[in-house]
Amino acid sequence: MTREDYNPASASELMRGFGSRPEMLVQILHAFMDRFGWISEDAIRQLASELNLSRADVHGVVSYYHDFRTTPSARHIVKICAAEACQSMGSRALVKHAEESLQLKLHESNDNITLEPVYCLGNCACSPAIMANGKTFGRVSATRFDEIVAGLNEASS
Amino acid sequence: MSTRIYVPRETAAISVGADEVAIAIARHAKEKGEKIELVRNGSWGATWLEPLVEVVVGEQRIAYGNVEPGDIPSMFAAGLLSGGEHARRIGPTKEIAYLIKQDRWTFWRCGLINPLSVDDFVAHKGFAGLTKAIGMGQQSVIDAIRKSGLRGRGGAGFPAAIKWQTVADTAAEQKYVACNADEGDSGTFSDRIMMESDPLGLVEGLLIAGFAVGASKGYIYLRSEYPLAHSILTRAIVAAREAGWLGDNIQGTGFSFDIDVHLGAGSYVCGEETAMLESLEGKAGVIRYKPPLPAIAGLFGKPTVVNNVVTLASVPNIINLGGEKYAGYGVNRSTGTLAFQLAGNIKRGGLVEKAFGLSLRELIEDWGGGTASGRPIRAVQVGGPLGAYIPAEHLDTPLDYEAFLGIGAMIGHGGIVVFDDTADMAQQARFTMEFCALESCGKCTPCRIGAVRGVEVIDRMIADENRDANYELLLELCDTMEGASLCAMGGMTPYPVRSVLKYFAEDFASSEGTGK
Repeated sequence: MTREDYNPASASELMRGFGSRPEMLVQILHAFMDRFGWISEDAIRQLASELNLSRADVHGVVSYYHDFRTTPSARHIVKICAAEACQSMGSRALVKHAEESLQLKLHESNDNITLEPVYCLGNCACSPAIMANGKTFGRVSATRFDEIVAGLNEASS
Repeated sequence: MSTRIYVPRETAAISVGADEVAIAIARHAKEKGEKIELVRNGSWGATWLEPLVEVVVGEQRIAYGNVEPGDIPSMFAAGLLSGGEHARRIGPTKEIAYLIKQDRWTFWRCGLINPLSVDDFVAHKGFAGLTKAIGMGQQSVIDAIRKSGLRGRGGAGFPAAIKWQTVADTAAEQKYVACNADEGDSGTFSDRIMMESDPLGLVEGLLIAGFAVGASKGYIYLRSEYPLAHSILTRAIVAAREAGWLGDNIQGTGFSFDIDVHLGAGSYVCGEETAMLESLEGKAGVIRYKPPLPAIAGLFGKPTVVNNVVTLASVPNIINLGGEKYAGYGVNRSTGTLAFQLAGNIKRGGLVEKAFGLSLRELIEDWGGGTASGRPIRAVQVGGPLGAYIPAEHLDTPLDYEAFLGIGAMIGHGGIVVFDDTADMAQQARFTMEFCALESCGKCTPCRIGAVRGVEVIDRMIADENRDANYELLLELCDTMEGASLCAMGGMTPYPVRSVLKYFAEDFASSEGTGK
């Protein structure tokens, strides 16, 4: 998919793809995330206006769901599963390792990587699991984590 | 003649290298001038053997387990295409003990077929249940479900036939079937395996439900953490529509039904049925008061069947083989089979579909082979983040909805997460409250505020501050949350917390007086 900066023409086109129906708001926000990477104040204003909702309605939905960001992420998003099955296989230590090796806390970004927790990737028989740019990895040791991150950087350089 | 090779396209298999294995096989075959037909099937559910490669030799499928891309040259050299001997070779798939000892009622096509091929699906009894259902008529279908004793597999265990009958009996111009595929419980992945391995089996379940209650539209509410399931499911739905199994006047029967897939957006509580309906309507996933029940006023205020993926996917075979046959599996009021999921610190993790009634120990030891770490089991969390932590002494409890309630636990969606003796159970109790605080929809106070206070109280206990007083306070808080929360999020968060207090109180440090 192509990433672009938020612009009203693209935003309108995405909304029309869902018939500009207010009940499709969650799906439209996913389309905005895919296209623009985050949901800006201007985007919220336009969504409200074109879907015939109040800005408070749209803001309420955007802020409710973990998936919808109101600030841009770094180029790569790495999510570490922090739910019970992964905890039983050392995800707490993996988070610590990630934080140290990337010099980031969970929910923080540097120029390159945004580090986030996620609560279950459904890969619980291959714990601990992570998701890097939308791809799920299982049986992730500290070494494998470093390899996956290095692979992201290689792929984008 | 080309040799058919199966390599799973399923999240767990891919997460440990199945795509790279498929690429290596294709490349090596090309280099060697070998003719192969590479099929990306789903998973059999023996996750511990992934990536599991199968080669069709005569009538048999020969399995090779834990295959790595680097193994491919030596596997070809060892005669892979004729099932040759190799360190990775397991033997015929249908002789793998982990699989053949199961009762595959719902997941029997998973791994067997190409999930994206309508022809392959139809060749394996696909849509036979739907065709039979339409011949039987609406009420007979609901009666078959009633006879089967099928209960909701999402976790609550509510009898499916009662929901269906209510929707069928409620007059309305528009009715819906809403499939809950928001599989958020840690330790569960059966919905995902179904959607990635046999998506049309789920589609058929929705079709039969729609036919039985008089609905023309179905929704599948799928969590966004499952991008591969989303891709496979949407492609399978397009293929079914093109083949005339979805849409208007399906196969000339006069029955019309179509399905849309909606993505969730990372909210755990949207797995609660009314929050899910709100989210399907494009709103924040805040739960609704009940009544009215969704079966009477659900999606957009219309009568709606809300069922989990596994519940619906169990339906086609109930129609094919009869409700009585299904009811013949299981024990007491827990009839039929459940797809248990062995997860966490377990040697042989994966999906085990089995009739109710076996013990947790049989599952964990016979199938799971004990812990992955090789250390003793300390606790087993059954039923997701709202399920109790069960100590080793209760592992012989039979897997039966009511027997689990008897020990203050629940089977839920069948997720089984094993912890070894290095687990810090006080931290697990703390996480339970922390997760509730994070995921609470905020509608009711006991859940929204109680969970935050719960974390604080547990922190004080861990810090050894007024431990006895805080212990009492935590129990009182659990009573309040359990008794006064609007849904299971706040109402069941106390289950794992109480279980830690009851069985693992020593983890809150070693002072006297914490007693049980």
